[in-house]
Amino acid sequence: MIMNADYITGSLATTAGTVPRISASLSFHDILNTIRVRWAIGRMNYKVEPGLYAVGNPDAGSEVFVTCNFKLTFDQVRKALAGTDAWLLILDTRGINVWCAAGKGTFGTKELVSRMGKVGLSKIVTHHRIILPQLGATGVSAHEVKAQTGFRVVYGPVRSEDISEFMKQAMKATQEMRTVNFPMWERMKLIPVELSYGSYYLLLVPALFIILSGLNRSGYSLDHAFTGGLRATFNLLVAYLAGLAVTPLLLPWIPFRRFALKGLIVGWVAALVLWMFQMTGSGWIEKSSWFLMTGGLTSFLAMNFTGSSTFTSLSGVQKEMKTALPLQIGMAALGIILWVISKFITV
Amino acid sequence: MNGLVYLSNVVTLELDREKCNGCRMCIIVCPHNVFMIEDRKAVIVNRDLCMECGACDKNCPEHAISVRSGVGCAAGIINGILRGTEPNCDCSSSGNCC
Repeated sequence: MIMNADYITGSLATTAGTVPRISASLSFHDILNTIRVRWAIGRMNYKVEPGLYAVGNPDAGSEVFVTCNFKLTFDQVRKALAGTDAWLLILDTRGINVWCAAGKGTFGTKELVSRMGKVGLSKIVTHHRIILPQLGATGVSAHEVKAQTGFRVVYGPVRSEDISEFMKQAMKATQEMRTVNFPMWERMKLIPVELSYGSYYLLLVPALFIILSGLNRSGYSLDHAFTGGLRATFNLLVAYLAGLAVTPLLLPWIPFRRFALKGLIVGWVAALVLWMFQMTGSGWIEKSSWFLMTGGLTSFLAMNFTGSSTFTSLSGVQKEMKTALPLQIGMAALGIILWVISKFITV
Repeated sequence: MNGLVYLSNVVTLELDREKCNGCRMCIIVCPHNVFMIEDRKAVIVNRDLCMECGACDKNCPEHAISVRSGVGCAAGIINGILRGTEPNCDCSSSGNCC
């Protein structure tokens, strides 16, 4: 048992051993860390120790809430339990959120049943009921848990902020509490992590474009490398932001259902704006190269946002990728070829 | 649905109404309101909203629902193509994932 974390405020003796008691309010430190993790810094290693925790002064009749060991989720759930006396059972999902972990199976029947056994849950509570987040249902089979442990799984609301209302309604979730939506604010929160997608390519690709920008008919010019390379880097950055920030933000309002098409439209609008500000160079070869590169890149990045969205199906994404991926690669490749050619031929 | 609907007629969701016992579990676990109860049995009412998460399949005690579940994630599918496996979002090795 770890007792050094700052959210642990004490301990509670139970018939199955000592259980750490946790605070239901977030510290300044927790909030800072949330912001940090939202920017993808140390996001894959933001965990709490799996096991049983106490919120308030729970006893043998208190409810048991189950969640994952991603600290961001843990914080949201303990905050939602403020003012109640409850048990919080944390499964080992390797620091991944409930829905993704359920998809991978780590937030699953097997881990739940084994964790219940390890903490001795049947010795701690006299009722046979555990409350799971609804999105955990992708990995957990309620009837199998019942068969293996005798405990009944109650699926709570999707969002932890609805827990208190759910409890007030005698553990009945309204349709709204059961529905996953994807509002602007939630899409916005994902953008910082999206922007980290490029990782080292964000340095590598501009470097290549700067080097290649120096090419011209009379050999190599450092002057061209600098000015042309800077302009190319700027254009690529615009395409990157178009795919990873603008498309997610404006998602419901961009025409078409396919993410690749949504991205293509945004990419071309971005290219059009760049062209109007004379950032796409002189001559039609370079101009069209930018429409091809921007379109291909933005479309590809937008298509990747399917993984962060909350409503795309595997079959659907496979269907759109079958046509989109070859076209994206083709557009980008043709764009790069034309762009290099434009260094030597000005039409 | 505030403009957030994905492709139509693609999902693999199937419901065998003969087997359904009307327990409502699918309605409880579905995040997109795909099911409703009609004549004491479940019925698919919003097929195109299904995202193939598999929660209904997993929680149907009568095994009346089947769906090829998986992640609707382009990066996961590319992962699968590159490794020659099924679409796979288990990106624990690359250190950055959902």
